[in-house]
Amino acid sequence: MTSSVALTGLIGHLVDVEVDISDGLPGYVLLGLPDAALNESKDRVRAALVNSGESWPNKKVTVSLSPAWLPKSGSGFDLPIAIALLMAQGLIPKDEIGNTIYLGELSLDGQVRAIRGVLPSVLAAKKSGFVRALVPFKNYAEAKCVFGIDVVAINSLGDALRYLRLGEIPETPEDLELSENDYLLDLCDVAGQVGARKALEVAAIGGHHLLFIGPPGTGKTMLAERIPSILPPLDDESILEVTAIHSIAGTLLDRALLSKLPPFVSPHHTTTAPAMIGGGAHAIRPGATSLAHQGVLFIDEAPECARGVLDSLRQPLESGNVTISRAVGSVTYPARFMLVLAANPCPCGKFSGRGRSCTCTQVAIRRYLQRLSGPLLDRIDIRVFVDSPSRVEMASDQLGESSATVRARVILAREIADHRFQDCAWKLNSQIPPSELRKRFKAEKQGMNFLHTELDNERLSARGFHKVLRISWSIADSNGHAIPTREDVESAFRLREGMELLA
Amino acid sequence: MGTKQLIGALGEDFVAKYLVGKDYEILDRNWRIREGEIDLVAITKHGVVVFVEVKTRTSTSFGHPLEAITKDKAYRLQRLALAWLTVHHKWGFEYRIDAAAVLISKGEKFEIDYRIAVL
Repeated sequence: MTSSVALTGLIGHLVDVEVDISDGLPGYVLLGLPDAALNESKDRVRAALVNSGESWPNKKVTVSLSPAWLPKSGSGFDLPIAIALLMAQGLIPKDEIGNTIYLGELSLDGQVRAIRGVLPSVLAAKKSGFVRALVPFKNYAEAKCVFGIDVVAINSLGDALRYLRLGEIPETPEDLELSENDYLLDLCDVAGQVGARKALEVAAIGGHHLLFIGPPGTGKTMLAERIPSILPPLDDESILEVTAIHSIAGTLLDRALLSKLPPFVSPHHTTTAPAMIGGGAHAIRPGATSLAHQGVLFIDEAPECARGVLDSLRQPLESGNVTISRAVGSVTYPARFMLVLAANPCPCGKFSGRGRSCTCTQVAIRRYLQRLSGPLLDRIDIRVFVDSPSRVEMASDQLGESSATVRARVILAREIADHRFQDCAWKLNSQIPPSELRKRFKAEKQGMNFLHTELDNERLSARGFHKVLRISWSIADSNGHAIPTREDVESAFRLREGMELLA
Repeated sequence: MGTKQLIGALGEDFVAKYLVGKDYEILDRNWRIREGEIDLVAITKHGVVVFVEVKTRTSTSFGHPLEAITKDKAYRLQRLALAWLTVHHKWGFEYRIDAAAVLISKGEKFEIDYRIAVL
């Protein structure tokens, strides 16, 4: 018997692989709710064994994956099945049960191939007291992120057998350092856009969701792509969490392992709801919202998105996770991200400045942004108008502020906020509940007066009132004010106001 | 008799001798009806009727001989066994179905892999 791990979302369940070999016609039965990929394991395991110089028992082979009620998927059970088969025949010494877990897909020639979800699997094994994990060579670095468990990297079934029989430890890849990721994109690449830059910085401080509105080619995407570079680097716990999600999604190659850089995910506007929040028939895979966990989810051309898709973001925005239910069960993935939407001002995209070249009708312009549903817009604190940089800005050879400078300020401001929210349930300015805003987190008297005047003039709704107040806290943190001053509130008001079109 | 049939007959002879050596009495050989054929029928000392499917090969390069017994063939064996019992007025006898793989290697060496109660 050997042990392995089946994943339901990020949660690993230990699976025991038992093998019985009995007389009877040669045959192979796999029990324990396998999916298609797993059912095909027989032929992979057999070919791999034979091609590694082992024999295949020409008898009746029954393999049971228990717990039997748990649906299992994927090819990661090939290796534990092969090892259990050899153990059942007494061809390799039996291991103490609960000692080692095995993960890996076998190729026909006996190589061990990389699989998805190694990190959360090894994590689960460690929590259950396993002391050793045999993992595919290519997943070594990932498995190594888990401390307190021995990881053996194997390239082939032969490696595993030599290890189990003779204790020969196969060559391991070089240990990797927690990568100090190179920031590839830098804010200094963006010409001009002083207002938008400030908005980005405030959004990064308070974790506010953003909406960019502007004609095509003005730098909305460029700005959004650079948000991760001004966010504080991920802490150790978040790194593991983010890496685990990407491990399951199979997107680790796109992302440097154990990167401290918050992820940036930009699904296309034709994306479907399952792709956005996660789904899949057998194994439920994380969607864009979970891949963007602890980072930025950027949706370009948001009004072109199917309404249902955008509205599916409401649950994760609300609770910081998504629960997906399918026939095989239900799974919860974390999904706490900063939402950044970008939109053209009108269907033709040219409505800006005096709007002379715009060919859209008034009605079309008004309708366009109404495609973003109210409840979603409700969650977006900052709306920024991005217009073409001026001639002077484009001609200037002076670079703007670099990401590193802005990031340093963001980190500092977040520390101040952290200190303030020590005994609170939330961590960011954007998360202050309304009741607390009215009691403990008011602005300076002058600032509150300003807001009340705006409220009286009907230039601000009650909802807007709270939002402006939250933004002003972020601005105050960035300016080093203990509580928001009138100026802070005024600039918050301007950030919020950005968009009269939506009013 | 073609080569294939000859090899098959050699294998069946060998299994028959093997069973006699184990104190079985051979009741029937190559019993054939439209449904198919039973290679060997024997009875043990304890009165259990044994139906034997014999697969003979001269090499294992096409896999283990018994792998040639597919699910469909196994079901057919089951039906044939019942038919044999009916025809021979042995309803109610305990019976079982065995399979034997015979490998004839060069130099007329016989190897037998005998499996009891495969169905």
